[in-house]
Amino acid sequence: MARFAVRRIGQMLVVMFAVSVLTFLIFNVIPGGDPALRMAGKQPDPGQLKIIREEWGFDEPVYVQYEETMKKVFTADLVSYSTQQDVIQEIWRRAPRTFALALGAAILWMVFSIALGVFTAIRAGQFSDRFLTVLALIGISMPVFWIGALMNYYIGFKWGILPNGGYVPITEDPWEWFKHLLMPWAALSILFIGVYSRILRSNVLDTMNDDFVRTARAKGLPERQVFLKHVLRNSLIPIVTLWGLDFGAVLGGGAILTETVFDLQGVGQYAAESVDQLDVPPVLAITMFGAFFIVLLNTVVDILYAALDPRIRLN
Amino acid sequence: MAPLLKVDDLHVSFATDDGLVRAVDGMTLSLEPGEIVAVVGESGSGKSVTALTVMGLTRGPNVSFGGSIEYKDEDLLNAPDERLRRVRGAEIAMIFQDPMTSLNPVMRVGDQIAEQVLAHEDVPKDEATERAVQMLDRVGIPRARDRASNYPHEFSGGMRQRVMIAMALSCDPSILIADEPSTALDVTIQAQILERLRELRHTANAGIILVTHDLGVVADIADRVLVMYAGRIVEQGTLDEVFYNPQHPYTWGLLGSITRLDIPPPPRLPSISGAPPSLAARPEGCHFRPRCPHEFDKCTEDPPLEPRAGDSRTHCDRCWLSPEDKQARRYVSEDQIGLEAKGAIA
Repeated sequence: MARFAVRRIGQMLVVMFAVSVLTFLIFNVIPGGDPALRMAGKQPDPGQLKIIREEWGFDEPVYVQYEETMKKVFTADLVSYSTQQDVIQEIWRRAPRTFALALGAAILWMVFSIALGVFTAIRAGQFSDRFLTVLALIGISMPVFWIGALMNYYIGFKWGILPNGGYVPITEDPWEWFKHLLMPWAALSILFIGVYSRILRSNVLDTMNDDFVRTARAKGLPERQVFLKHVLRNSLIPIVTLWGLDFGAVLGGGAILTETVFDLQGVGQYAAESVDQLDVPPVLAITMFGAFFIVLLNTVVDILYAALDPRIRLN
Repeated sequence: MAPLLKVDDLHVSFATDDGLVRAVDGMTLSLEPGEIVAVVGESGSGKSVTALTVMGLTRGPNVSFGGSIEYKDEDLLNAPDERLRRVRGAEIAMIFQDPMTSLNPVMRVGDQIAEQVLAHEDVPKDEATERAVQMLDRVGIPRARDRASNYPHEFSGGMRQRVMIAMALSCDPSILIADEPSTALDVTIQAQILERLRELRHTANAGIILVTHDLGVVADIADRVLVMYAGRIVEQGTLDEVFYNPQHPYTWGLLGSITRLDIPPPPRLPSISGAPPSLAARPEGCHFRPRCPHEFDKCTEDPPLEPRAGDSRTHCDRCWLSPEDKQARRYVSEDQIGLEAKGAIA
């Protein structure tokens, strides 16, 4: 276990280092990437540019710039090139919003995926299965920016059932917090529910034909127990893996579209805004933030996987 | 004494896209306590379906049944699902062919056994767990207490089959159905497993139905033998009757395809030419006719299962040939029973 932990932490450091270098380099080579040009305003004169470059260290070689920037990341001195905001502070402010979105949506999509997957598997081939299958496919095919916009317009604006966009901290008003997040949760979950329930359905159908399920029946177990302890338990393993990875991605700010459509001002939306401004410091910090969660959840998935399937060993 | 199990004229048909598949087409079988009845036949002959049907495990929307299955004078074929569930595992237990896949990979073996005990008996959980340990010990698993908390992948194939047997015996069933219990195991382990079955017959006085295609196994432990072909019994009798005085050409073929160590090996191992008929469209009359070199006019008529050999009332077969003809034709060489390839004689 200790070896596993050490290896995973090492892995995490390597991934975060690689991701930061890549991000830094990409923003250095893309056209219009020169931050001094954008800082200097519309018609910069060369003297001004020179001063900015010297002041911010843009005249140094790339690796020195990288080193300086990374130092700032770890001392929390990182400042946005375009807004001069403290980046770490900003991520800190936005992270709870992203976490709230990720956690709620992950629970929602898992619960509904299991319910829908199990139901359609049991009803395989019948009308209700086909109907829900079509529904799931529609869910998979609907882009978040579209379904989100529709929800915002109808539920939020036209019918006024839920607030259309924005965020209220849970500490301020839990009920408002919940109401503001309901639509984002739903919009984000729809795609996942479609995908997960399809996978679970086919897993369940496969497992039902497994020999050990026949054994469970031959033992005279009640059908309910056969299903829950033998069929479902084995069918859920791949879903749990997938869930961990997707949860990690959303947690790390991956739900850019959902956050933006509903103006949650989470980390993902911050990423979108910063990329738009070609603002390297926040992009760099958010990328590392995301990488951290993805590697973290990968590790959690591995641990879960070993717990769920005794054939898997951590080392 | 009334038989433990009486299967009478059992029919099992599956409705498929290719038409009605008559997997079992008039199967009759009886089993006494302490008796081992072997059901032999090649894949698709209906032997496993018969076994599963006795357990009620073939029930489904596309399956239709005929005939009767009586266990201790109780009709099982039409029993409600819940009643059948209570019989399964407690009264009639089954072990399956492939021990590698027949155990739940993510559950400790002790729990898998205890689960069965709990499903049938009103005992506390730790008592069921204790029983699991005892059962594992009884089937010869060393350090049973520790091993009970292992997962199936931590056992070898033979050990897993022992776990299956321990599980099957955990509720003290009066009938054990063993569906190719030793097929997936290597020969030394096979012998050990068969030894367990033999023991069980003596200690628990259980009736055992042994489904197999391995005549070596049959010769080893069976009291009576039923030979199935295309969903029907083509020959039945005691072990000696079927092995030493086989009446049906299909039985000859089966016996002929055993490798023997006591005679010089033939250049090619004999096999029965052709393939079994599709169960959805079988030939008129004798089903074995298309593969049989001894076919004659009469064979287009359906031969009933009757005592034809004249050696006993229980030795029955479905072949129109006269006993004398059978006597003469079943030897392919001196001392070797077998079946020529179709066309080789004519």
